[in-house]
This record gives sequence, C-alpha cells and structure tokens, in this order.
Amino acid sequence: MTKALSIQSITAHYGTTKVLEDLSLEVGEGELVSLLGASGCGKTTTLRLVAGFLQPTSGRIALGGIDLTRLPPYKRDIGLVFQNYALFPHLSVADNVGFGLKQRGVAGAEKSQRVQAMLERVGLAHLATRLPGELSGGQKQRVALARALVIEPPLLMFDEPLSNLDAKLRVDMRVEIRQLQRANGTTSVYVTHDQEEAFSISDRVAIMHAGRIMQLDTPETLYQRPANAFVARFVGFENLIPMRVVERDGAKITAEAAGGVRLTLGLEQFGAIPDSFTLACRADGLAATADAAREGIPANLGLRTYLGRAYQYQCDTAAGPLVANGPLTRPLEMGGHAKLVPVPEQCTILAPEVAA
Amino acid sequence: MTQKIHPALIGFTVVVFFFLVGPLIIVVGSALSDTTYLTFPPQGLSLRWFANIFEISAFRRTILTSLQIAFLSTFIALLLGIPAAYALNRYRIQLPGWLATLFVLPVLVPELVLGFSLLKNVAVQFNTPIFLTLVFGHSLLVLPYVVRVISASLASFDFSIEEAAISLGSPPLRTFFTILLPNVRSGVIAAFILAFITSINDVSISIFLTGPGISTLPIQLLAHMEQFFDPTVASVSVLLMALTVGVMAIVERTLGLTFLAK
Repeated sequence: MTKALSIQSITAHYGTTKVLEDLSLEVGEGELVSLLGASGCGKTTTLRLVAGFLQPTSGRIALGGIDLTRLPPYKRDIGLVFQNYALFPHLSVADNVGFGLKQRGVAGAEKSQRVQAMLERVGLAHLATRLPGELSGGQKQRVALARALVIEPPLLMFDEPLSNLDAKLRVDMRVEIRQLQRANGTTSVYVTHDQEEAFSISDRVAIMHAGRIMQLDTPETLYQRPANAFVARFVGFENLIPMRVVERDGAKITAEAAGGVRLTLGLEQFGAIPDSFTLACRADGLAATADAAREGIPANLGLRTYLGRAYQYQCDTAAGPLVANGPLTRPLEMGGHAKLVPVPEQCTILAPEVAA
Repeated sequence: MTQKIHPALIGFTVVVFFFLVGPLIIVVGSALSDTTYLTFPPQGLSLRWFANIFEISAFRRTILTSLQIAFLSTFIALLLGIPAAYALNRYRIQLPGWLATLFVLPVLVPELVLGFSLLKNVAVQFNTPIFLTLVFGHSLLVLPYVVRVISASLASFDFSIEEAAISLGSPPLRTFFTILLPNVRSGVIAAFILAFITSINDVSISIFLTGPGISTLPIQLLAHMEQFFDPTVASVSVLLMALTVGVMAIVERTLGLTFLAK
C-alpha cells in the first residue's frame, strides 16, 4: 500500500516570485520526513505541490514510481491532515471519516465497519454521531487523522497539524501520530516550524530556508553535526568561530582565529580539517575556566546567568562575542578574565561557505 | 437578580417601536374599513376590499405575473450570483480588491435610471418581449444583493475544507455541491428571501418595463390608485406584507431566523 515519494528538481513560482528552487527530496517507503523551517521557507509550498493544489514551474513528482505532476489533486490518493483540522462542519464524525471511502465507492456494511474500526483506533468510537462543532481541538485532530488514514493512502502529509493545540496535548498527539504512522507503515511528509516536534517524530528532517533544503539528515546528525552555518545556527550553535590552519603536525593542527587567538585541534576528533574552516559549538562546547595556564580563547567575562546544570557567561574575546558554560562548583566573577577551552566532543568543523 | 433599566430608555424604545410598526397598523386598519374611501381608524369592519382584489381581473393577473417574475429573476440571480460570490471569495488574494466592490455598485445606481436605460437600450432597441425584459431587469436588480449576502456567508467559510474533500477524492464540482453549498445554505436562503422580496415590491424598474397586457402587482396598484381611492390599495398592501411575512415564517419554521443576523 505504502509507496516511496520522489521529488525531482522542483522549481515553483507565485506569480513572478520564486518560492522553491531546484528542490529534490526522496522519502523512502514507510519513512517519516519532516520539512522544518520558518514561515516563508517553502515547506508548505512543497506540501501543496505534492498534494496537487499548486503546479511546479519545472520538475517532477513521483509516488511509487508513477508520475503525479500532471494529475489533478482528487486523483492523487494522498491523505492530508491540516492545521485547522478542516473537518466538514455539516457532517457527523462518522460521515467525516467515511467521506473518502464514499468517494471510492465503498458503501454499506464495509464502509461503516471500516469507519468504526478507524474511530476505535483513534479512541473516538463513542463520538461517531457528534458534529465537529461539538468536539475539542484534540478530538478534532484525531478525526482528521482518522479521515486521512481510513482511505489507506500510499502517502500521508501533515501541515502543521499540532499548531492549534496547547503544549501538553501537542506532545501527546505527536506520540500518537508517530505510533499510528509506524503501525501502518505509511510514508509520511510532516511540515512544521517546531524543531522539537520535527526532531522527536521524524526518521529524517529537511531543514529548509529560502526555498531550498539546507540539510536533510537524521535528527541526531542535524543536532550534533550540522553541515553548514545556517543549520548550525538553526539548531542552536551560538559560537561560530572562523579559523585558518597555520601549522599541521601529524595528528594535530594549530589554527588561528581573528585577533591572533590560537587553538590546537586533534584530527582524530574532527577528521580532515580544511585550511580554512569554522569551529562551531553551543555554549557547552566552550568551557570557561579561571586557569590561565590552559590553552584556550582569552576572554573578558560579561553577564553570568544560572542555567540549573551550569553557569553561562556572555564573553568578549578577540575573536568576537562568544557564549561559554562554566561549572556550578566554581562560579567565575562577572568582569573577570578567563580562558574558554573548546570541548572537542561538543564542537564541529564547518567547511567554508560557498558564497550563496 | 434584575437589572434596572432607565425609564427613558424604555420610553425611547416604545416610541421607536411605534414609529416602525405604526404605519403597518394604519394600513391593516384601513384595509378592514367598510367605507368606500381610505380612512383610519376603520369605520365598520369588512373583508370586502380583500375580496375586491380578486374580483378585479387585473389584480388576479398581476399577482401571478409578479410571483413568476420574482421566482424567475431570483433563480437567475442565484444561478449567476453564487458562482460569482464563490470566485470573489475563493480567489480574494489573487483578484484585485475593487472587483468585489464592482459587484455591489449597481445598488448605488438609482433604480429609475436603471429602469429607463433598460427600456431605451434593451426593450426598445431589441424589441424584446415585455415579460422577458421584466425578468431580465429584476435579475439585474437583485443580483448585487445575492452576491453580497452569499459573500458574507462565504467569508467565514474555510476553504481548506474544500481542499480536504478534494484530497479525499471528490472532484471540484462534486465538492461544490456536497461540501460548499450545504455550508452556505443559510446564506443562499437569506439571499433568496431578500431577492424575492425586492423583486415583488419593485416599482422603479417595472414602471418602465411593463407594457400592454403585462404588468406587476405594485404597478397595477399605482394604476388603480390613480382612478380609485378605495381601501383596495390598503388590502393589496396587506396582501404583500402577508406574503413577506409568510416567506419569513416558513424560513423561521425550517431554519430559525437567527441566521439572518449572522
């Protein structure tokens, strides 16, 4: 039933504005891929192109090897879950869920049986005769989910399905969605602007910006090894320090940042290091210490904030402003001097950016 | 717990109420008068002026004509107006802003001007049959109301519902009838009532377009008044009011009137 989705070099315009540029994406059978990005990045456009509500300027969309690009949306057989639920207000919960079956000529006992079975799976069997207006937000989204799943679509797509729910329900629902999706093994595309949601629910995440995919990877890789400065900033790397190699010595290199700051980095930690690179890390990738003998970035300590697991320092260095963490046992004085020592396992090396 | 209402406010409300309802009471009262001239309060009580309407063949004929024209022109206006209102709302972002205004503009044109120009440019120019010209003129007259009322009801319609239906395999035209129309039903009925009543009561356009052998009830009423000053005028007015109230009552029974306030 489930099929692989293949988006091949799609370019799309709204009028004369280019909103997607040469975008390609492969979603494997049974895989859940999220499109993550700020509003206007092109994630919803991508979903609407696959659904058939928009036409690409160029490129091809295929599902299970069959070209969809010129097929009208009502023939694409794709299950859609919308942000605002989009339930039919004049139809009962059961008729909402049965709508897709009716279009497929499924009627009578088989239809009511499948509707009933699906409502039981989402825990709403007792509300079958209610109208959507009488349901809570969470219940509405369950009906929407049941309505999309009951037609056993080869592809399921979610457009910010949890944005209208409160925080607690959001977490519960995303677990529920993931469980249903895995149980059915349905290939899925999930659009969201919520990083935590995307990372927790997906097999892979595509981080999008300005109509392009900046990086497509597993949540773990994105979080720990972002491929470029945009993704690094997106996943919370506060410190991006441009450096260049001044000396190579076997398994070690010495690199220099702005202001003559020098650091020694081991190749066994970072792999090959290009002559010019950016050292990137979060605040916990730089350890602030009062020990002036350690090799690190000399810094003047600014504001100190308490994080619970550590103290965080806003630092002023020759290489620019940086954020570093220090141990709870020895708080450092604001306004004092310190060394910021890179923690190799929390740092990553970014190749120099090709001017975009 | 009762809330004190200022006595002046109660007084004011009563005055406004009588201002609105007073004329109706006078008309109904005059219609029931036993005299051969219009008077209020009625002297003697009689239904003979109601019977008189149906004794005059011109009234019998024009009541029928007015009903036919009202039904036909309302039907045509709905046929044109619903798709127009749909397009104006569905593609509001893509369409220029003045387009929606354009559809309501005819309301601003004095009906006398509309009637006269229809006479000169359609009836005389093409020598069209009187009945058809009347239907055409009334369709034009009520179309802006239809577009306006249905647009108002579509403004709160969430078009992603339509997309949901399409994604589930329902072709666009079927979606229009099974999903969109049921959800703007109250708007369609409101538009029907408004258009029907506007057409039934119209004088300004009909006065130019009626001709030998074919007239509408309000025009016949005018013609009658020019010759007779008997309470038939009042009884016909009561009949028109009853028709309007009747339509409203049917709607109230089937749907509730609250939707008109939406």
